[in-house]
Amino acid sequence: MTARIGVITFPGSLDDGDAQRAIRLAGAEPVALWHGSHDLEGVDALVLPGGFSYGDYLRAGAIAALSPIMTEVKDAAAKGMPVLGICNGFQMLVEAHLLPGGLIRNAHQQFIRRDQRLRVENASTVWTSQFEVGQEITIPLKNADGGYICSAETLAQIEGEGLVAFRYVGVNPNGSLDDIAGLTNPAGNVVGLMPHPEHAVEPGFGPNTAAAMRSGVDGLPFFSSAIASLAAAAA
Amino acid sequence: MPTIVVDVMPKAELLDPQGKAVAGALARLGHAGFEGVRIGKRFELTVADASEETLAAVKTLADEILSNSVIEDVVGIEVVE
Repeated sequence: MTARIGVITFPGSLDDGDAQRAIRLAGAEPVALWHGSHDLEGVDALVLPGGFSYGDYLRAGAIAALSPIMTEVKDAAAKGMPVLGICNGFQMLVEAHLLPGGLIRNAHQQFIRRDQRLRVENASTVWTSQFEVGQEITIPLKNADGGYICSAETLAQIEGEGLVAFRYVGVNPNGSLDDIAGLTNPAGNVVGLMPHPEHAVEPGFGPNTAAAMRSGVDGLPFFSSAIASLAAAAA
Repeated sequence: MPTIVVDVMPKAELLDPQGKAVAGALARLGHAGFEGVRIGKRFELTVADASEETLAAVKTLADEILSNSVIEDVVGIEVVE
């Protein structure tokens, strides 16, 4: 069985094509889905891609989080379907309250693009099981609204329950609390992060590494983790 | 036609990077005495009739869509003729 992973395109999505390519390179079948539909077309997992849906109007991800298809996304997430939100997709997941807290303008007020070091903090989620806890990876980051904030109470809960999936290493690029780069829900099926794993999946087109320019493929295990989890569930 | 004005502010205890940047600029320009600057949003909703029912509906929309209660507070809803 080849897993079918849906990528939802919203008005203003930019990285839906890259997410589809990453899914293909990881060995699954990408399925293009449209925000205005109520049909998930029987996919096994979902990716909410990066971009600037609705021009980031109102709040980043806010209007997209109210799209017709998000009703089905919330239902599927509650039933355990793997859902990965990347950058603008992460912003949609917090706006839809599928993950706690909020994402605001970067503390330095600038758009930033860099190859970002991350530390894997939780390797028990559907999207991170092929990493090791404490492993450091390099994933491209590019955003203007990546500052993670939440109340002190929520932060204590997130840290206490081990819901931080990834933390920034070396540089905190946007002022996020506790260097938080990505989160998981308690069940481990919904994961969101600001950096872009779909841009680090093929030698020649990824971030630079010590070994060679553009050779970084640290994004691939996100997708292969989910595919392995779906295969195990189907077996 | 009546207009319903909804004011939304970032929560007091959370970071407001935009306000912080403006406060820094004021200080650099020599305008002393401003201890802090915070930036919020003002929504103007033009309606045919600002009835109690409409106001109740706007209150719900303000809480659920115009603001995100995780990071923002609705600080005012008023009718301006």
